[in-house]
This record gives sequence, C-alpha cells and structure tokens, in this order.
Amino acid sequence: MTQSQGQGNVQQQKMQQDMQQEYKQLVKNVKPRPPVLKNTILAFLVGGAICFFGQLILWLLKKQGLGDKEAAAATAATMVFLGALLTGLGVYDVIGKYGGAGSIVPITGFANSIVAPAMEFKREGFVFGVGARLFTVAGPVLVYGFLVSAVIGLIYYLIR
Amino acid sequence: MQFLLAFVIGGIICAIGQLFMDLTRTSVTPAHVLVGYVTVGAILSALGLYQPLVNIAGAGATIPLSGFGHSLAQGAIKAVQTRGLLGAFAGGVEATAAGIVAAVVFGYAAAVLFNPRS
Amino acid sequence: MEIEKKVGQQSIRFVKPIVITSSASVVGNTEGAGPLADTFDWIVEDLLFGEQSWEKAECKMLRESAKLALRKVNLQEQDIDYFLAGDLLNQIISANFAARGIAIPFFGLFGACSTFVEAMLVASILIDGGFARRVLLASSSHHNTAERQYRFPTEQGVQRPPSAQWTVTGSGALVLEESGNGPRVTMGTIGKVVDMGMTDANDMGSAMAPAAADTLVTHFQDTGTKPDSYDLILTGDLGAVGKAALVNLLQQRGYQMGENYQDCGMLIYDLERQDVHSGGSGCGCAAVVFSGLILRRLWEKKYQKILFLATGALMSPTSAQQGETIPGIAHAVVVEFN
Repeated sequence: MTQSQGQGNVQQQKMQQDMQQEYKQLVKNVKPRPPVLKNTILAFLVGGAICFFGQLILWLLKKQGLGDKEAAAATAATMVFLGALLTGLGVYDVIGKYGGAGSIVPITGFANSIVAPAMEFKREGFVFGVGARLFTVAGPVLVYGFLVSAVIGLIYYLIR
Repeated sequence: MQFLLAFVIGGIICAIGQLFMDLTRTSVTPAHVLVGYVTVGAILSALGLYQPLVNIAGAGATIPLSGFGHSLAQGAIKAVQTRGLLGAFAGGVEATAAGIVAAVVFGYAAAVLFNPRS
Repeated sequence: MEIEKKVGQQSIRFVKPIVITSSASVVGNTEGAGPLADTFDWIVEDLLFGEQSWEKAECKMLRESAKLALRKVNLQEQDIDYFLAGDLLNQIISANFAARGIAIPFFGLFGACSTFVEAMLVASILIDGGFARRVLLASSSHHNTAERQYRFPTEQGVQRPPSAQWTVTGSGALVLEESGNGPRVTMGTIGKVVDMGMTDANDMGSAMAPAAADTLVTHFQDTGTKPDSYDLILTGDLGAVGKAALVNLLQQRGYQMGENYQDCGMLIYDLERQDVHSGGSGCGCAAVVFSGLILRRLWEKKYQKILFLATGALMSPTSAQQGETIPGIAHAVVVEFN
C-alpha cells in the first residue's frame, strides 16, 4: 500500500467515525427515554411488597417455633417456590413488565430466571433443554457467588 | 414496624437496581443485575455492613439477592473460624445449600409441569 | 457493454410486466386484534397453531400462506417455477422446513426483515430475465420464536424499553407472473449494507434507518424521482423511533418526507392501545401489511404508484453478545397499478 492510499484510508475512517458520532446524537434526540421516575417508584413498590410478603412468612414460621436460621432458610425456599409457581402460571412476566428490578432483585426473580428458560427450552429435551437452561441465569449467579465467597473465606483465613 | 421496615428497605434495594438498569447501557440484563447483587451483597457482608441491615429490615434485606451473597460470605467466614482453610471453600455453599437445591427442585418441577403461554 | 435494464448506481427497471396476481396473509392474535384485522386472510388465535412448538407454528404459517396464495388463483405447485422464502430464525428453518412440503424448486433467502422485498426483487429478476413465468414467494416471523432466539424467554419478567419493537407473528405470500391483471412491480433498488455503529438490540429502528436513508436517496437519484413522486412511500418495520430517525436523515440529505410516508410497523398495531412500544417488526411485518392492506388499496385505486422499502437488521445473537455493531440493509421496489 502506498503512503497516499494509507492516508486516504485514515481520512475515510475518520469521516466514518464522525458520521457515526453524528448519527448517535440524532438517535439520542429521537429516541424516547425510559420513564425513570415511574419505573423507580414501581420497582420500589413491587420489590417492597415482595419483601413485605417474605417478612410475613418469616414471622409466621418463627411463630411456629422455628429458630432464626431455619426460619430464614425456609422463607427463602418458600419464596423460591412461589416465584417458580407464578412463572409457570404465566403471571411473573406480567409482574416483571411493571415491577422491573422490583421483581428481578428479590429471590422470586431468581426463581423466575431459572424457570422461564427451562420451560421455554423444554422442547429441546430434558438434558440440554431443561437441565442446561435451568442455569442460564442461575449459573452465572452461582459462579460469581461461589467465587466471591471463596475469596472472602481465603482473605479472612489469611488476615484473621 | 418490622413489616414496614422490610417493605421500605426491600423496596429501596430494588429501586437502586432499577436506577442502575435505566441509567446505564441497555445491554444490562436481569442476569447482570442478579450477578451484581450477589457479588456486592457478599462484599458488603464481609466488610460487616450487611448484617446491621438484616437486623433492621429482616426479610427486606434477606429476600433481595444481595441477601444470598450475605449468606455465602457469612458461611465462608464462619467455616474458616471452625475448620480453617477448607472452610473457605465449603462454607458458602453449605450455608446456602438448602436454598440452591430448593431453587433447582422447584424450578425443575415448574419447568416440567407448565408450558410457556404469552 | 451497456446493461439495458440497470438504472443509475443501484436501481433496475423491469422490461416485462411483473404482475402480482395473488397474495395471502396469515397472522397471530395480536395482529388480529389490531387495526388491520379485516385485511388479513387468516387470523390464528392459537400461537402454537396446533403444533408442538413455536418454531413449528411459524413454519406452518409460512406454508399455509404460500398454499393459500396459490389456491386463490387456482394454481398448482407444478405451475410455479420457483418458490422463494425466508425468515428470521437461524438457518432460516421456517422457510426451509416449509419448503419440504411444497414441491417447487426453492431458493432460501435471508435479509432479516428486508426478506420480503428481497424476494420480490429476486422473483422479478427471475421473471424479467426469462428464467421463470411464475414465482411464489413468502416470508414469516413469529413473536415467540424471535424473542427466544434474539432476546429473552417469553415468561421471563423483563421490562422492554420504549424503543423496543414487537415482532409480528405472521406470514405473507405473493404470486408474481409475467402476465395477468394486477399491480405491477416496475422498478427496484438493491440496497448496500450500512452500519452506523448502533449496538442496542432493543432499538432495531435506529440501526436500520441509515440503510433505509441510503437506499431511498440512491433511488431518488437513480430514477430522478422525489418523495412526492409517489402516492405512498412505505417502509417495512422501522417503528416510531426508526421512522423519526429516517425523516431526520433524509432532511439532512435535502429530502422532505411528507404525509405520504408510512411505516408497516406502525400501521399494523394500535400503538396507543396495544402494548407494542415502538411498533411491529420482523419478516412478517412488511409481508402481511403489503399482502393485505397495501394490495387492497392498490386494487381500490387509492394508490397508483408506491415505493415499498423493507429494512433488515443483519445481526445474530452471537454477534450481539460479542458487542458487534448492527449492520442494516434496505431494498426497495416500485409497484404501480393504473
């Protein structure tokens, strides 16, 4: 490649970049923004309601005489059950449409992210469909959860 | 009071997630949010900042997935105290085993029993 | 050597009459609840269409729309020289699998949502070139197959941003012949792949608008026409956001789009009442709107000359996950009926 050709290419690239930049600005102007305030309030209400419900279960279980630890674990399991059930009944995606992060962040959302892909991909069989897809979202969550917990344990072991 | 605090603190924790989703790049998916919550929850817990929140808000702090990170971190730390190095590897999973297996069992059952609608 | 049928840079003019003699459209329930309901031939309430999976349902829609287009003009499979079809799924399985039940030599096409017009162009070229007398073409999309391939499982609780579009469940089919009575495909402009660096998979309209602008401007230059030379300029599935972007882009290039500019993605749904955000999208969108509403209006003589332009976002789930930008393409045909 001759030098002038090389310069031509560089110039062309620069022009292309400028055009892309200009277009990005144009899109920014025409694209509607998500209603952040409304979304945040809804996330607060839906997420709060789910936690409120969790607290209710926790309180009931403790009233039955369960210890703190057992009651907390049983509450988590119950919420997972409810999240899975509502996903199966086709209700959770509707809650998610309005609740946004309010329905994703609680453990019921974790259950939703396990059931939704597994159910959807059942037609691909019980090993690669259900078995593998159960962990589409749960997999990364467990991987990073385990990693962080091991690292925390190791650091604690070294500095204690 | 307990219930109100669970509602308010739980709601705030979720609202932070919503702000994160709406104000950052749109390629942030539920998977990113959940991974972020578990990781941040575990780190806050290790720094001793999450337990006070659990004491105040109860389910409001344990039901969001950051509570799962908290359990993982506390499990690892406690196991190191009793069993040393091996505990760093086993502790987190042991503390959360019931929840994880419950998620797999109920998730599997729901996936097998129901079909997607919409 | 002079190429007699080529006009300007990217456009072509057909010498033989290319007549659209038949059309058919099959749609799902959301489309059937929209403002164009009475223009469709068949509204399928069950998204599974009696099949075991969404994919099989989409395949059946494509097959049924193609067969219906033949039935309407009493043609048999052996009367047709080629069948052209495409869809959005990996390895265009809806089209390929539908074609195994249709005994006509087959070309599978992929142009994402531009496939319908791509098929119209290829079919017209085949007829004008003397390679065919009659060509059957179809393209389809299904909301649930597209969602699960490109985005999330249907039951996952996710929030769609306002710029997101709703993939149309439906399939449209046409029969093109070298003679007969009906609207004629007279010209075409074949688009280049244009990439303006967009990466948001929830905003296909903005990714495709630059390709649409490029093809439109080239078409106007090649043919010496202007936006008001047509009774209707119809884009495939830019949606509200993409449409606004296109109008702005054309303004920068000195072309003012008027009332005669419409988008299939905004026509097919009631954007206020139906929860579809920026509008419809997918191979089926342009296909069913053209096969239904637009051909009807042409027969009613409400339009005499239209420019029909379908745009496609040429991304795959893999390219999107790897952070690749989204290339777009747009093909155009001129349809006239005097």
